[in-house]
Amino acid sequence: MLTPESLARIDREIAKYPVGQQQSAVMAALAIAQEAHGWLSPELIEEVAVYLGMPPVAALEVATFYNMYDLKPVGRYKLTVCTNLPCMLSGGVDALEYLQKKLGIGLDETTPDGRITLKQGECMGACGDAPVVLVNNRRMCASMTPAEIDRLLAELD
Amino acid sequence: MPEIEIDGQLVQAPEGATIMEVAEQLGVYIPHFCYHKKLSIAANCRMCLVQVEKAAKPVPACATPATNGMKVFTHSSLAVKAQQGVMEFLLINHPLDCPICDQGGECQLQDLAVGYGAGASHYQEEKRVVFHKDAGSLISMQEMSRCIHCTRCVRFGQEIAGVMEFGMANRTMHSEIVTFLGRSVDSELSGNMIDLCPVGALTSKPFRFAARSWELSRLPSISLHDSVGANLTVQARNHRVMRVLPRENEAVNECWISDRDRFSYEGLNSPERLTKPMIRVDGQLREVEWSVALDYAAHGLRDIVARHGADEIAALAAPWSTLEEMHLLQKVVRGLGSGNVDFRPRRYDYAPSGVPAGARWLGMRIAELNELDTALVVGSFVRKDIPLFAQRLRQAAKHNGTRVTLISLGNDDPLMAMHEHVVVAPSELPAALARVVKAAALQCRVPVPAGLEAIVPDIPSEAIATSLRVRGRSMIFLGRVAVQHPHAVQIHVLAQHLSDITGANLGFFGDSGNIVGGYLSGALPSARNARTMFTDPRRAYVMLGIEPELDCHNPQLTLAALRQADLRIVLSPFISEAMREYADVLLPVAPFTETSGTFVNAEGRVQSFKGVVRPLGEARPAWKVLRVLGNLLNLDGFDQESSEEVRDAVLPPETLIDGEFASGLDNGIKLPIDPAALVSAKGVFERVADVPIYFSDPLVRRAPALQKTRDAAPPTARMSARTLAEAGLVAGAPVRLRQESIAGSGEAVLTAALDDGVPDGCVRVSAAHPATAALGDMFGTIQVEPV
Ligand code: SF4
Ligand code: FES
Ligand code: FES
Repeated sequence: MLTPESLARIDREIAKYPVGQQQSAVMAALAIAQEAHGWLSPELIEEVAVYLGMPPVAALEVATFYNMYDLKPVGRYKLTVCTNLPCMLSGGVDALEYLQKKLGIGLDETTPDGRITLKQGECMGACGDAPVVLVNNRRMCASMTPAEIDRLLAELD
Repeated sequence: MPEIEIDGQLVQAPEGATIMEVAEQLGVYIPHFCYHKKLSIAANCRMCLVQVEKAAKPVPACATPATNGMKVFTHSSLAVKAQQGVMEFLLINHPLDCPICDQGGECQLQDLAVGYGAGASHYQEEKRVVFHKDAGSLISMQEMSRCIHCTRCVRFGQEIAGVMEFGMANRTMHSEIVTFLGRSVDSELSGNMIDLCPVGALTSKPFRFAARSWELSRLPSISLHDSVGANLTVQARNHRVMRVLPRENEAVNECWISDRDRFSYEGLNSPERLTKPMIRVDGQLREVEWSVALDYAAHGLRDIVARHGADEIAALAAPWSTLEEMHLLQKVVRGLGSGNVDFRPRRYDYAPSGVPAGARWLGMRIAELNELDTALVVGSFVRKDIPLFAQRLRQAAKHNGTRVTLISLGNDDPLMAMHEHVVVAPSELPAALARVVKAAALQCRVPVPAGLEAIVPDIPSEAIATSLRVRGRSMIFLGRVAVQHPHAVQIHVLAQHLSDITGANLGFFGDSGNIVGGYLSGALPSARNARTMFTDPRRAYVMLGIEPELDCHNPQLTLAALRQADLRIVLSPFISEAMREYADVLLPVAPFTETSGTFVNAEGRVQSFKGVVRPLGEARPAWKVLRVLGNLLNLDGFDQESSEEVRDAVLPPETLIDGEFASGLDNGIKLPIDPAALVSAKGVFERVADVPIYFSDPLVRRAPALQKTRDAAPPTARMSARTLAEAGLVAGAPVRLRQESIAGSGEAVLTAALDDGVPDGCVRVSAAHPATAALGDMFGTIQVEPV
């Protein structure tokens, strides 16, 4: 399932570690696999594990530990709202509820058109800008008032 | 050495030791869950918190090194408060279901909750639920809510078993122990995780709800399944063995046992147990009194001797018989005047007469395996043949940097770092070893032994020779395949040369439980051995403890010989279909839990044990049966009162080294190299037979839970892609296998399977299974054709 491009990228990650320590590249390798396939199926996790010469269950431990790995299919846009304490005190949960109402979906659900998946996340180190929403693990949106959220949703096609 | 104080006692702490280790030495108990002396430190349960003077907070004793001047308090109010707090946290999500928990009565959590917990919890909210899992037929994971996430099971897999089958998925309060996609746990050491689990999360499936630990008697015993001689605690109730656990002996099995040692007890209660003596009357087996059966046997033997001569009698003991049983069996046979007795049914090639067959042994103590610098293992499916030796070599490779090399017939993963792993066809095994011998001779600049002129060393053999030569402690081990090989003697001769050249010592893993005991018992043949007694059929056979149709090198040959005989006396704890067909006298003898006796393990350790329960039905200890038989035959020297008396006659206590090791063990051999043994087979398919771990003896074959594991899957005909193509086969299709021997041709129809670990030109077909019992030699030529 891993494409030659993904394998080439994983090889570059492996090269960053001493010979025989290729397991150290597991986080990067899982991220690369997820990027190419949208989400991490068990088969994909096993393939990454075998490629890195590690037990599949060890790769599964990593994949299930971190929120940014998606173990189920997600929509084109994954919005992760931080609900840890500092954000919670500054409207994080409100932002999440607003999103749920606006999109008509619950947590960990995807809009019927497959456009947006809603997730809850842990502290992103941006507590000062709470509430925060992360788009597709990459783009950080700060101070997400309802108006800002509307603007963001309009922009995501 | 740092000096520290624990609860007011001053001690010298070994360099680098943790507070936990020092306290253990001192006999101060610090409560703990995740800490285990054989596993790496995880420090995740926090149960071991202690107070250390000048430290701001309590520290985990298991992960804190003892430093000079340290003052530790394990019972101060701070320590006690910390321990109570941790206990309360650990129990927050615990179901507190001790009354219905199998671990009850032997649960670390239960004990520590009583000893270190508070009476009540602040936590009143809902508890989390963790779903049960299915991990196969041995480990029950029905109540995973009990798990306290100590990760002992995970670390055991990674560090001891060499394969990480359990992992901890998810995070925080969602953490749970899982296998990948719910796969079964297949390690041959998996049962140890049941012992390690400090709570009732991982429990024994066969033992589940069978008994409470306090109802069970616990008596020491010794495992018969391999030459480790693992020390066991056998637990019984109402004269029924309910469970087997390891008994710690650092020098032998440490605190581990293999799953075969642990779960084979189920076979003791098999419906196939023979509980009444039987004799054949008018073609039918009839149950009779002991006296009748023994008279019949004695009369029959005397009759054969009188009419045809004693040489017509042959006896074969299972190599898992006790020392006493083998000794008395050979005494009966020799008393009658025959030298046809042996205890090595799986062997093919025996030292020619005149060459002393010394008592072959490990060549060192088992514990020394961990200290080797180099180990060359020749001809062994090491993990499945002898799991605890593999475990020790794995630790050696990991912690001691031991260079382990395997020359074997399949690329089965030994789950350890390998220096070299050479996979060859059976007929190439002697040549592969010869290449190492020649490489070593050339490297050491000593004369190349005669007979190796045509041998050309290759790169791996050069590397192996170098590894044996470099300074340090080196061993050459001959495994099961090496001793059961058609050129076993030549392999031994080559290994001897390699030892002479490199200075590495020579050792034998031993292909069965009491093989060393067999050598010492006197049961070595003075006439026909375990093969020639069948190639040259006799009129009377006495079989002790084996199922010849499965346990002999060539079952076809054995069965043909048995069928033509006039008298077949079988002493066995079990009755098989084949026995019903051929046996004339069936004498129910006690398995190891129902008799006293002695096993001598690979290192020569003499381990005697007592019966744990009384014999089932009318079964009797075989040593007593043989003693009575000896008397009925009017033979001298059958008046022993106890099995100890028999043992002391065979191994006088004063001859034992340190009071526990047999003396006079000898691996030396002096024979010329025979170049004919170094020629590999051409243009034929060769059979590679492993003895699957759960088919290796009659007891384990009858243990239901083990029979449901992956290792007990019915045999297939495994071949490389190339061999499949050559034979015109596809994987998954039925294949007809045929082997010829002097007893005729034998056939089996199996499924062809693709396995690129099998050398080209070879077909891997397991032995010891009914599906393949009609075939012939374990490593002979085999014909393969599509059905
Ligand atoms: S299953 Fe048992 S051994 Fe494994 S982590 Fe849980 S409590 Fe520890
Ligand atoms: S708590 Fe939300 S970003 Fe830190
Ligand atoms: S035993 Fe020390 S933290 Fe678990």
